[in-house]
Amino acid sequence: MARAAVSGGLKLRRTWRPAVLLERRRETPSACTLVLEVLGWPGHLAGQHIDVRLTASDGYQAARSYSLAAPTNSDQIQITVQGVPDGEVSSYLVADARPGDSFEVRGPVGGWFVWRPEESSPVLLVAGGSGVVPLMAMIRSRDGISGAPFRLIYSVRTPEDRIYHDELRRRAAEDGGLDVTFIYTRTAPKDEPRPAGRISLDDFISHGWSAEAEPTCYVCGPTAFVETVADLLIFSGHDPSKIRTERFGPSGP
Amino acid sequence: MNTHTEAGYDGNTLAGPLSEVFAIEVTTAVGRCQGCGTSSQLATFRVYGPDPGLVGRCPGCESVLMRLVRTQDALWLDLSGMSGLRIPMPADSAPEINP
Repeated sequence: MARAAVSGGLKLRRTWRPAVLLERRRETPSACTLVLEVLGWPGHLAGQHIDVRLTASDGYQAARSYSLAAPTNSDQIQITVQGVPDGEVSSYLVADARPGDSFEVRGPVGGWFVWRPEESSPVLLVAGGSGVVPLMAMIRSRDGISGAPFRLIYSVRTPEDRIYHDELRRRAAEDGGLDVTFIYTRTAPKDEPRPAGRISLDDFISHGWSAEAEPTCYVCGPTAFVETVADLLIFSGHDPSKIRTERFGPSGP
Repeated sequence: MNTHTEAGYDGNTLAGPLSEVFAIEVTTAVGRCQGCGTSSQLATFRVYGPDPGLVGRCPGCESVLMRLVRTQDALWLDLSGMSGLRIPMPADSAPEINP
Protein backbone atom coordinates (compact mmCIF):
# COMPACT_ATOMS: atom_id res chain seq x y z
CA MET A 1 0.00 0.00 0.00
CA ALA A 2 1.29 3.43 -0.88
CA ARG A 3 2.23 5.57 2.05
CA ALA A 4 -0.21 8.45 2.58
CA ALA A 5 1.17 11.96 2.26
CA VAL A 6 1.53 13.56 5.67
CA SER A 7 0.68 17.23 5.76
CA GLY A 8 3.40 19.27 7.37
CA GLY A 9 5.49 16.18 7.90
CA LEU A 10 4.49 15.86 11.55
CA LYS A 11 4.26 12.11 11.82
CA LEU A 12 7.13 10.35 10.19
CA ARG A 13 10.09 9.43 12.30
CA ARG A 14 13.13 11.46 11.34
CA THR A 15 16.48 10.20 10.29
CA TRP A 16 19.54 12.00 8.99
CA ARG A 17 19.54 12.59 5.28
CA PRO A 18 21.94 14.31 2.90
CA ALA A 19 21.65 17.99 2.05
CA VAL A 20 23.58 19.86 -0.63
CA LEU A 21 24.34 23.56 -0.29
CA LEU A 22 23.05 25.35 -3.39
CA GLU A 23 23.58 28.96 -2.40
CA ARG A 24 24.86 31.05 0.48
CA ARG A 25 23.65 34.63 0.88
CA ARG A 26 25.02 37.13 3.36
CA GLU A 27 22.31 38.82 5.44
CA THR A 28 24.45 40.77 7.92
CA PRO A 29 28.21 40.84 8.68
CA SER A 30 27.69 37.77 10.89
CA ALA A 31 24.64 35.96 9.45
CA CYS A 32 24.05 34.03 6.24
CA THR A 33 21.09 32.39 4.57
CA LEU A 34 21.80 28.94 3.16
CA VAL A 35 19.67 27.38 0.45
CA LEU A 36 19.83 23.58 0.70
CA GLU A 37 18.58 20.84 -1.55
CA VAL A 38 17.18 17.88 0.36
CA LEU A 39 15.74 15.22 -1.94
CA GLY A 40 12.32 13.96 -0.88
CA TRP A 41 11.71 16.83 1.53
CA PRO A 42 8.22 16.22 3.03
CA GLY A 43 7.27 19.89 3.50
CA HIS A 44 7.10 21.79 6.77
CA LEU A 45 5.21 24.32 8.88
CA ALA A 46 6.42 27.85 9.57
CA GLY A 47 8.37 27.80 12.83
CA GLN A 48 9.70 24.26 12.48
CA HIS A 49 13.44 23.67 12.48
CA ILE A 50 16.03 21.22 11.28
CA ASP A 51 19.08 19.78 12.94
CA VAL A 52 22.31 20.07 10.95
CA ARG A 53 25.05 17.48 11.51
CA LEU A 54 28.64 17.89 10.39
CA THR A 55 31.09 15.01 10.31
CA ALA A 56 34.84 15.62 10.41
CA SER A 57 37.29 13.43 8.53
CA ASP A 58 38.19 11.67 11.81
CA GLY A 59 34.52 10.80 12.40
CA TYR A 60 33.85 13.48 15.01
CA GLN A 61 30.29 14.78 14.72
CA ALA A 62 28.55 17.94 15.87
CA ALA A 63 24.86 18.79 15.46
CA ARG A 64 22.90 22.01 16.02
CA SER A 65 19.33 23.19 15.43
CA TYR A 66 18.42 25.92 12.95
CA SER A 67 15.02 27.37 12.17
CA LEU A 68 13.68 27.07 8.65
CA ALA A 69 13.47 30.57 7.20
CA ALA A 70 10.94 30.17 4.39
CA PRO A 71 8.22 27.90 3.05
CA THR A 72 9.44 24.90 1.14
CA ASN A 73 10.14 25.20 -2.56
CA SER A 74 9.89 21.55 -3.69
CA ASP A 75 13.17 20.03 -2.48
CA GLN A 76 14.75 23.36 -1.54
CA ILE A 77 14.78 24.67 2.01
CA GLN A 78 16.38 27.72 3.59
CA ILE A 79 17.96 28.33 6.97
CA THR A 80 19.50 31.56 8.24
CA VAL A 81 22.48 31.03 10.51
CA GLN A 82 23.93 33.56 12.94
CA GLY A 83 27.64 32.97 13.48
CA VAL A 84 28.53 32.62 17.14
CA PRO A 85 32.10 32.90 18.50
CA ASP A 86 33.75 29.47 18.58
CA GLY A 87 30.54 27.93 17.23
CA GLU A 88 31.55 24.48 15.94
CA VAL A 89 28.76 24.28 13.41
CA SER A 90 27.81 27.90 12.78
CA SER A 91 31.34 29.06 11.96
CA TYR A 92 31.54 26.47 9.18
CA LEU A 93 28.09 27.32 7.83
CA VAL A 94 28.64 31.10 7.91
CA ALA A 95 32.27 31.31 6.83
CA ASP A 96 33.51 28.15 5.13
CA ALA A 97 30.66 26.29 3.46
CA ARG A 98 30.66 26.49 -0.34
CA PRO A 99 28.00 25.65 -2.91
CA GLY A 100 28.23 21.93 -3.65
CA ASP A 101 29.25 21.07 -0.09
CA SER A 102 27.11 18.41 1.54
CA PHE A 103 26.28 17.53 5.11
CA GLU A 104 23.34 15.92 6.92
CA VAL A 105 20.02 17.30 8.13
CA ARG A 106 17.19 15.89 10.20
CA GLY A 107 13.73 17.33 10.04
CA PRO A 108 11.45 19.10 9.87
CA VAL A 109 10.99 18.84 13.63
CA GLY A 110 9.09 20.75 16.29
CA GLY A 111 5.33 21.08 16.67
CA TRP A 112 4.83 23.74 19.31
CA PHE A 113 6.46 26.92 18.00
CA VAL A 114 4.57 26.73 14.70
CA TRP A 115 2.02 28.87 12.89
CA ARG A 116 -0.57 27.37 10.54
CA PRO A 117 -2.02 29.52 7.72
CA GLU A 118 -5.57 28.39 8.59
CA GLU A 119 -5.30 30.21 11.94
CA SER A 120 -7.06 33.55 11.49
CA SER A 121 -6.46 35.29 14.84
CA PRO A 122 -4.08 38.29 15.02
CA VAL A 123 -0.43 37.42 15.50
CA LEU A 124 2.24 39.26 17.45
CA LEU A 125 5.79 38.31 16.55
CA VAL A 126 8.60 39.43 18.84
CA ALA A 127 12.18 38.76 17.78
CA GLY A 128 15.50 39.29 19.50
CA GLY A 129 18.48 39.15 17.11
CA SER A 130 18.50 36.02 14.96
CA GLY A 131 15.29 34.94 16.69
CA VAL A 132 13.63 36.61 13.72
CA VAL A 133 14.29 33.56 11.52
CA PRO A 134 11.28 31.36 12.39
CA LEU A 135 9.10 34.48 12.56
CA MET A 136 10.19 35.41 9.04
CA ALA A 137 9.10 31.94 7.94
CA MET A 138 5.65 32.75 9.37
CA ILE A 139 5.54 36.12 7.56
CA ARG A 140 6.59 34.50 4.29
CA SER A 141 4.08 31.65 4.74
CA ARG A 142 1.26 34.11 5.37
CA ASP A 143 1.87 35.96 2.11
CA GLY A 144 -1.15 35.64 -0.18
CA ILE A 145 -2.60 32.72 1.79
CA SER A 146 -3.83 34.11 5.09
CA GLY A 147 -5.57 37.34 6.06
CA ALA A 148 -4.46 37.08 9.69
CA PRO A 149 -3.03 40.48 10.69
CA PHE A 150 0.61 40.29 11.76
CA ARG A 151 2.72 42.69 13.81
CA LEU A 152 6.45 42.15 14.15
CA ILE A 153 8.54 43.85 16.82
CA TYR A 154 12.18 43.12 16.07
CA SER A 155 14.91 44.01 18.57
CA VAL A 156 18.48 44.36 17.32
CA ARG A 157 21.64 45.91 18.73
CA THR A 158 22.46 48.13 15.76
CA PRO A 159 21.12 48.76 12.24
CA GLU A 160 23.76 46.50 10.72
CA ASP A 161 22.43 43.55 12.74
CA ARG A 162 19.03 43.62 11.02
CA ILE A 163 18.40 40.38 9.14
CA TYR A 164 15.91 40.61 6.22
CA HIS A 165 15.69 44.40 6.62
CA ASP A 166 14.93 45.29 3.00
CA GLU A 167 12.42 42.47 2.55
CA LEU A 168 10.63 43.34 5.80
CA ARG A 169 10.38 47.01 4.78
CA ARG A 170 9.07 46.05 1.36
CA ARG A 171 6.52 43.57 2.69
CA ALA A 172 5.26 46.06 5.31
CA ALA A 173 4.88 48.78 2.64
CA GLU A 174 3.01 46.51 0.23
CA ASP A 175 0.85 44.65 2.74
CA GLY A 176 -1.63 46.50 4.95
CA GLY A 177 -1.93 43.41 7.15
CA LEU A 178 1.71 43.44 8.21
CA ASP A 179 3.33 45.98 10.55
CA VAL A 180 7.07 45.91 11.21
CA THR A 181 8.81 47.83 14.00
CA PHE A 182 12.54 47.79 14.67
CA ILE A 183 13.80 48.33 18.22
CA TYR A 184 17.47 49.28 18.60
CA THR A 185 19.13 48.43 21.89
CA ARG A 186 22.64 49.91 21.36
CA THR A 187 22.72 52.24 18.35
CA ALA A 188 19.70 53.62 16.49
CA PRO A 189 19.72 55.11 12.98
CA LYS A 190 19.80 58.93 12.85
CA ASP A 191 16.19 59.21 11.68
CA GLU A 192 14.85 56.88 14.38
CA PRO A 193 12.72 58.80 16.90
CA ARG A 194 12.96 56.10 19.60
CA PRO A 195 16.25 56.33 21.50
CA ALA A 196 18.32 53.16 21.69
CA GLY A 197 17.35 51.01 24.65
CA ARG A 198 16.05 47.63 25.69
CA ILE A 199 12.55 46.61 24.75
CA SER A 200 9.94 47.88 27.20
CA LEU A 201 6.23 47.95 27.91
CA ASP A 202 5.91 51.19 25.88
CA ASP A 203 7.05 49.34 22.76
CA PHE A 204 4.23 46.83 23.15
CA ILE A 205 1.66 49.56 23.84
CA SER A 206 2.78 51.47 20.71
CA HIS A 207 3.38 48.59 18.32
CA GLY A 208 1.83 45.40 19.69
CA TRP A 209 -1.76 44.20 20.08
CA SER A 210 -3.89 44.93 23.11
CA ALA A 211 -4.78 41.83 25.12
CA GLU A 212 -8.43 42.33 24.03
CA ALA A 213 -7.43 41.48 20.44
CA GLU A 214 -6.42 38.05 21.79
CA PRO A 215 -3.41 37.64 19.53
CA THR A 216 -1.28 34.55 19.41
CA CYS A 217 2.19 35.70 20.46
CA TYR A 218 5.41 34.12 19.18
CA VAL A 219 8.58 35.19 20.98
CA CYS A 220 12.00 34.00 19.82
CA GLY A 221 15.46 35.10 20.86
CA PRO A 222 18.12 34.68 23.52
CA THR A 223 16.88 33.29 26.82
CA ALA A 224 16.98 36.57 28.80
CA PHE A 225 15.17 38.42 26.01
CA VAL A 226 12.44 35.80 25.79
CA GLU A 227 11.92 35.80 29.58
CA THR A 228 11.65 39.62 29.62
CA VAL A 229 9.18 39.75 26.73
CA ALA A 230 7.02 36.92 28.08
CA ASP A 231 6.82 38.69 31.45
CA LEU A 232 5.84 41.99 29.78
CA LEU A 233 3.13 40.29 27.73
CA ILE A 234 1.67 38.51 30.75
CA PHE A 235 1.82 41.77 32.73
CA SER A 236 -0.12 43.44 29.87
CA GLY A 237 -2.90 40.90 30.27
CA HIS A 238 -2.10 38.48 27.46
CA ASP A 239 -3.23 34.91 28.02
CA PRO A 240 -0.13 32.85 28.90
CA SER A 241 -1.55 29.94 26.92
CA LYS A 242 -1.36 32.07 23.76
CA ILE A 243 2.30 32.98 24.24
CA ARG A 244 4.72 30.62 22.50
CA THR A 245 8.41 30.94 23.11
CA GLU A 246 11.64 29.66 21.65
CA ARG A 247 14.95 30.31 23.39
CA PHE A 248 18.50 29.95 22.23
CA GLY A 249 21.73 31.00 23.85
CA PRO A 250 22.30 33.00 27.01
CA SER A 251 23.54 36.24 25.40
CA GLY A 252 21.40 38.77 23.64
CA PRO A 253 20.74 42.19 22.23
CA MET B 1 21.64 33.92 45.16
CA ASN B 2 22.22 32.70 41.64
CA THR B 3 23.53 29.18 41.84
CA HIS B 4 22.79 28.05 38.32
CA THR B 5 23.69 29.34 34.90
CA GLU B 6 20.94 30.40 32.56
CA ALA B 7 19.48 27.71 30.32
CA GLY B 8 20.79 28.09 26.80
CA TYR B 9 17.80 26.50 25.11
CA ASP B 10 14.29 25.29 25.67
CA GLY B 11 12.41 22.12 24.85
CA ASN B 12 11.96 23.04 21.20
CA THR B 13 15.50 21.81 20.70
CA LEU B 14 14.51 18.35 21.98
CA ALA B 15 12.31 17.80 18.91
CA GLY B 16 15.10 16.47 16.68
CA PRO B 17 16.68 13.95 19.08
CA LEU B 18 13.27 12.74 20.29
CA SER B 19 12.09 12.30 16.70
CA GLU B 20 14.51 9.37 16.49
CA VAL B 21 12.61 7.60 19.25
CA PHE B 22 8.98 8.64 19.08
CA ALA B 23 6.70 8.05 16.11
CA ILE B 24 4.89 11.35 16.70
CA GLU B 25 5.91 14.90 17.47
CA VAL B 26 6.35 14.78 21.22
CA THR B 27 7.44 18.31 22.23
CA THR B 28 3.75 19.26 22.44
CA ALA B 29 3.23 16.54 25.06
CA VAL B 30 2.71 17.67 28.64
CA GLY B 31 4.95 16.28 31.37
CA ARG B 32 4.26 16.50 35.09
CA CYS B 33 7.15 17.37 37.40
CA GLN B 34 7.74 14.88 40.24
CA GLY B 35 9.21 17.73 42.27
CA CYS B 36 6.63 20.52 42.22
CA GLY B 37 3.72 19.05 40.30
CA THR B 38 3.83 21.63 37.51
CA SER B 39 2.53 20.33 34.20
CA SER B 40 4.28 21.81 31.20
CA GLN B 41 4.79 21.09 27.55
CA LEU B 42 8.16 19.59 26.69
CA ALA B 43 8.73 22.58 24.38
CA THR B 44 8.77 24.87 27.42
CA PHE B 45 11.34 22.93 29.45
CA ARG B 46 14.56 24.79 30.24
CA VAL B 47 17.21 22.91 28.31
CA TYR B 48 20.94 22.78 28.98
CA GLY B 49 23.36 21.35 26.45
CA PRO B 50 23.81 20.21 23.80
CA ASP B 51 27.03 18.45 24.84
CA PRO B 52 27.63 15.93 26.28
CA GLY B 53 23.84 15.57 26.37
CA LEU B 54 20.61 17.51 26.78
CA VAL B 55 19.16 18.12 30.23
CA GLY B 56 15.56 19.34 30.49
CA ARG B 57 14.50 21.11 33.65
CA CYS B 58 11.10 22.12 34.99
CA PRO B 59 10.12 25.71 34.13
CA GLY B 60 8.43 25.86 37.53
CA CYS B 61 11.13 24.60 39.92
CA GLU B 62 14.23 23.76 37.86
CA SER B 63 14.15 20.07 38.86
CA VAL B 64 15.69 17.78 36.27
CA LEU B 65 12.83 16.22 34.32
CA MET B 66 14.74 14.43 31.61
CA ARG B 67 18.18 13.63 30.30
CA LEU B 68 19.03 12.61 26.77
CA VAL B 69 22.47 11.44 25.74
CA ARG B 70 23.49 10.04 22.37
CA THR B 71 26.42 7.65 22.31
CA GLN B 72 27.95 5.80 19.38
CA ASP B 73 25.58 2.89 19.63
CA ALA B 74 22.68 4.03 21.82
CA LEU B 75 20.42 6.82 22.92
CA TRP B 76 19.98 7.17 26.68
CA LEU B 77 16.66 8.65 27.68
CA ASP B 78 16.00 9.29 31.37
CA LEU B 79 12.47 10.53 32.07
CA SER B 80 12.54 9.76 35.79
CA GLY B 81 11.87 13.38 36.81
CA MET B 82 8.38 13.17 35.36
CA SER B 83 5.43 11.26 36.72
CA GLY B 84 3.78 10.95 33.33
CA LEU B 85 3.39 12.29 29.84
CA ARG B 86 0.14 13.44 28.26
CA ILE B 87 0.50 13.17 24.50
CA PRO B 88 -2.08 14.99 22.34
CA MET B 89 -3.70 12.45 20.05
CA PRO B 90 -7.07 12.89 18.30
CA ALA B 91 -9.34 9.83 18.34
CA ASP B 92 -9.12 9.42 14.57
CA SER B 93 -5.34 9.42 14.67
CA ALA B 94 -4.25 6.09 16.03
CA PRO B 95 -0.52 5.66 16.42
CA GLU B 96 1.01 4.50 13.18
CA ILE B 97 3.61 1.86 12.74
CA ASN B 98 6.64 3.38 11.18
CA PRO B 99 7.49 2.20 7.68
